[in-house]
Amino acid sequence: MAQATQDIQARDKQEMKSNAEQTTPGRVFSPLVDIFEDDHALTIVADMPGVPSDNVSIDLQEDVLTLSGVPSLSIPDNEETIVQEFEIGKFFRHFTLSEVIDQANIKAHLNHGVLRVTLPKIGPAKPRKIQITEN
Amino acid sequence: MLIRRVKAWPYEQSWNGFSELDRLRRDLSELLQSPARQAGLDMPAGVFPFLHVTQDHENFYIRSEIPGMTLDQLDVSVTGRHVTISGERNIVSEDQKVRYHRREREGGKFRRQFNLPTDVDCDKVEAKYRHGVLMVILPKAESAKPRKISING
Repeated sequence: MAQATQDIQARDKQEMKSNAEQTTPGRVFSPLVDIFEDDHALTIVADMPGVPSDNVSIDLQEDVLTLSGVPSLSIPDNEETIVQEFEIGKFFRHFTLSEVIDQANIKAHLNHGVLRVTLPKIGPAKPRKIQITEN
Repeated sequence: MLIRRVKAWPYEQSWNGFSELDRLRRDLSELLQSPARQAGLDMPAGVFPFLHVTQDHENFYIRSEIPGMTLDQLDVSVTGRHVTISGERNIVSEDQKVRYHRREREGGKFRRQFNLPTDVDCDKVEAKYRHGVLMVILPKAESAKPRKISING
């Protein structure tokens, strides 16, 4: 819940901490997210300023959800920088889901740089318990 | 700024002691000699929203990442060389029944003031808001533009 009177604190963009090395130039940032769930769905809301809908990719494999986005914004070469307080870079973040998701009904909506992904649940993920037999 | 650059190291190529040192030296001298530093404009940030200010011969350009705003929540005002960007970012509260796991996005009011190096033509300032990025184009005032003087022999 946002408090209307509170001022927004300035926060540096968090660089994505990944063990894998980047194969393309440029920095990769981790978008700020809200994650919440109710009985029916898990929702992830991510701030990805500068990213048009064509450049967003949402991928769910096994139980890992990956969000990525490439901003369309770039600074033309003929402009000389006076002050630069943030860098433009790709957004990338992944999440491990503990619920079984109805993959066919995942919905995503992008509005002014805010991505909202709704992941409907099928049911609780069943823990894979392995029975050990003994002679 | 410097700290962030240092952090960026592991993501760039493989480690090579001497060239990394070279790079650090280059970065340092770049920092110390940046046009911003020369113009005395290198103010500490720490105020939301962060800005990227550039210029060409005709205009100044201010870009800022402010995702999830509506146009009526954003306000840009300009007088002389003084620019103010203010607004209020509302994070829509969800249903009471939801359980939050993470809440990193922040809402609230913000106000950012910035002084450009020269005056601008206030009547011709343009602002665009697209994909959550605000861009303000501020044409330099006629008096502030570089003028070519013809030399008579």
